[in-house]
Amino acid sequence: MAADEFRFTVDGIEVTAISGQSVLQACDIAGIYIPRLCYHPDLEPGGNCRVCTCNVNGRNLAACITPAAPGMMVENNTKLLTDDRRSVIEMLFVEGEHPCPYCVASGDCELQALGYRLGMAAPTQPYQWPRRKMDTTHPDITLDHGRCILCSRCIRASRMEDGKTVFGFDGRGISMTLNVDAQGGLGDTQMAAIDKAARVCPVACIVINRDSYRVPNGNRRFDKMPIGSDIEARRKP
Amino acid sequence: MRPDNSAAIDTILSDYAADRSRLLDIVEAVQRQSGYVSDQAVQAIAAGLRIHPVEVEDMMSFYAFFDRHPMGRMRIRLSNTPVSIMKGANQVARAFEAALGISMGETTADAGFTLQWTSDIGMADQEPAALVNGRVLTAIRPDQVPAIIAALRLHGEQAFTNHAIANALVRPSLVQAGPLLTGPFEPHAGLAAALAISPDQVIEAITASKLRGRGGAGFPTGTKWRLTRKSLGQDHYVACNADEGEPGTFKDRVLLSAFPDLVFDGITIAGYALGARHGLVYLRGEYAYLWESLQAVLKARRQSGLLGSNICGHAGFDFDIRIQLGAGAYICGEESSMIESLEGKRGAPRDRPPFPTERGYLQQPTAVDNVETYVCATRIMAKGAAWFTGYGTAASSGTKLMSVSGDCLRPGVYEVPFGITVNELLDLAGGADAAYVQVSGPSGQSVAPKDFGRRIAYEDLSTGGSTMVFGPQRDVLDIALQFAAFFVDESCGWCVPCRVGTTLLRQGMEKIVAGRATLADVAATETLANTVARMSRCGLGQSAPNPILTTMRSFPELYEARLQPGPFMPRVTLQEATAEAAHLQLRQPAAAEA
Repeated sequence: MAADEFRFTVDGIEVTAISGQSVLQACDIAGIYIPRLCYHPDLEPGGNCRVCTCNVNGRNLAACITPAAPGMMVENNTKLLTDDRRSVIEMLFVEGEHPCPYCVASGDCELQALGYRLGMAAPTQPYQWPRRKMDTTHPDITLDHGRCILCSRCIRASRMEDGKTVFGFDGRGISMTLNVDAQGGLGDTQMAAIDKAARVCPVACIVINRDSYRVPNGNRRFDKMPIGSDIEARRKP
Repeated sequence: MRPDNSAAIDTILSDYAADRSRLLDIVEAVQRQSGYVSDQAVQAIAAGLRIHPVEVEDMMSFYAFFDRHPMGRMRIRLSNTPVSIMKGANQVARAFEAALGISMGETTADAGFTLQWTSDIGMADQEPAALVNGRVLTAIRPDQVPAIIAALRLHGEQAFTNHAIANALVRPSLVQAGPLLTGPFEPHAGLAAALAISPDQVIEAITASKLRGRGGAGFPTGTKWRLTRKSLGQDHYVACNADEGEPGTFKDRVLLSAFPDLVFDGITIAGYALGARHGLVYLRGEYAYLWESLQAVLKARRQSGLLGSNICGHAGFDFDIRIQLGAGAYICGEESSMIESLEGKRGAPRDRPPFPTERGYLQQPTAVDNVETYVCATRIMAKGAAWFTGYGTAASSGTKLMSVSGDCLRPGVYEVPFGITVNELLDLAGGADAAYVQVSGPSGQSVAPKDFGRRIAYEDLSTGGSTMVFGPQRDVLDIALQFAAFFVDESCGWCVPCRVGTTLLRQGMEKIVAGRATLADVAATETLANTVARMSRCGLGQSAPNPILTTMRSFPELYEARLQPGPFMPRVTLQEATAEAAHLQLRQPAAAEA
């Protein structure tokens, strides 16, 4: 073991980490999948969705923002956590508009894939039917606010990766929405289809025009394998 | 069209040295000048600070008191809490509507008045109360409303200072003082005692007093100060949390009005102990009416050498205090949200670690303590740790300021020793026939008479002091529903379980209160409440389900009485579900269900 390496356990499995890694990063390398939604490997963690919540030494903490530490005892794959994570995913399904059968992202959508992985058959909570508009002012990008899950990935990507700060939040609480850096809509911002911010959306809120259905339904990422399978494939026996 | 105010905005920007971290103050100043913050103003502010307009909007849209659209010159915000409602706030609202010819949420045609509801404004002892452009109207009776409107029309804001309005006085409301607040106070004795010993000895004295945070969480103050002092940073900061937004609390209002020097002494003592040069007071926007008097006290302290350089002749101890005014967001009482707001951002909480003691304001070590905690620290330095531990219980030393309101004869602030029972407190306040007491506000616990023997202490009923008393004539579940709605309004929206979960919980309670819930619905609401508590990011979401969960535990019979038999009951009636279609098709609505 290198000098800055240490060990902690996840559901009794020993995981090696180096200082500076989050619980989630260390588990990804070790091939242990912690369900997550707003986390993106290329971006600073946001801590918005709480799907990656694990029980760390008896306390619930989001794995994406919790630094790994020597001797930590982490619970990840328990019934209680799976139930709570499914409930959070269900909240997102009823908060916005997520019509999987005719959605352009079906099969590539991380929200849908988590619904399947966590065993959500259908939402049990009432739909909220938000009245959010679609922004079609940009020639190459459609912004469908109804599908936004407020994960902040595009906000983080635009600020840190693209250096543009095209996105921000507007309002608070249940009426919070994604905002763009121009009164006239996305078309009046610096946004370009090649931006990182255009490629990190986990759902079909930010959609690149004339680019859909290159891969037909049925052949997409999560049509073949459940979300997280790539991480679990790294696990050494 | 309003005149172009870009020159005025430039002046405001230069007043704050175009400092991004003062964005709250800048926006507040622009709004004070123009009544609202226009698109052009947002552009000008962003350009002046070299940030994006979307970042200005991100901050502004978070706070209830910032407006992007023109509003009335007089903005009347009526407090909407269970206590204000039972003291007649709805009737007062109707009276305002009648006097102005508009509905709640509207602005008069002459742009003279805007009428709105707002969350608790810290006046639970003198409800119904309202804010008018940062001033306060208290104990409003519906029959007084026409005179209030006439005076505001005639005198504008000056009606509050020229005695044109009878309701313009906030009662002091300290009903019972104990050892903490009983004088005579030798001026600045606590500060002088602290400066006579070393900073480490100050922290030792605070530790020996077993003082714990008075906001309700109860973290040992000595430990917090020691951790902050030990943390490495370019600067250390002392922050005072004067954002007492928990519905039903108002004891910090009393401290800031009647004992501001004890508060500022305590902050200065902490500054000395921590090696800090800067103190920050985060004053909730609802207490803007205290701004001038607090600034006057700070000014006097600077003049007498209690702030500034070489304080009290102590060479090398330089310290000053800045007051940051909030803008209407309950969440900013959570310490990491408060720090974000102090930095001029939306008040979304931070994930911890790192804790503020390591990286707080401007990423520097910061001790955040409650107003009352600083008053305790001042008095401990003056009178000694043993004096303090002589009151209270083993785990909860000293006394506690309790804000008592609702169905009681003598609402107000009571200083009581820790360990007092709910019954004893009710006897003091004249609330002996209480049927239900909400301890520590909506985020606290709903206590039934069978538990009135429980004690106010960190080891039993831990509380920031809010004590709302409800008599037998009140509907407990309806009050729990109002608290659920409060958390919907005040959720910051950052994390999913709180943002969506609070709304779903409110809807679940609505179904229960309407008598349309089955046993399965109640069970589902309880399950959801526990998920929200376990999965939310900060204390707001973690405690938002408390009114539901603790009334379920304390008053199960009230839930049972509202249950529908049978396995299923739809959330909406056929009539409600088809009302819109029937309206569009000019048909008669469906017949009501039997």
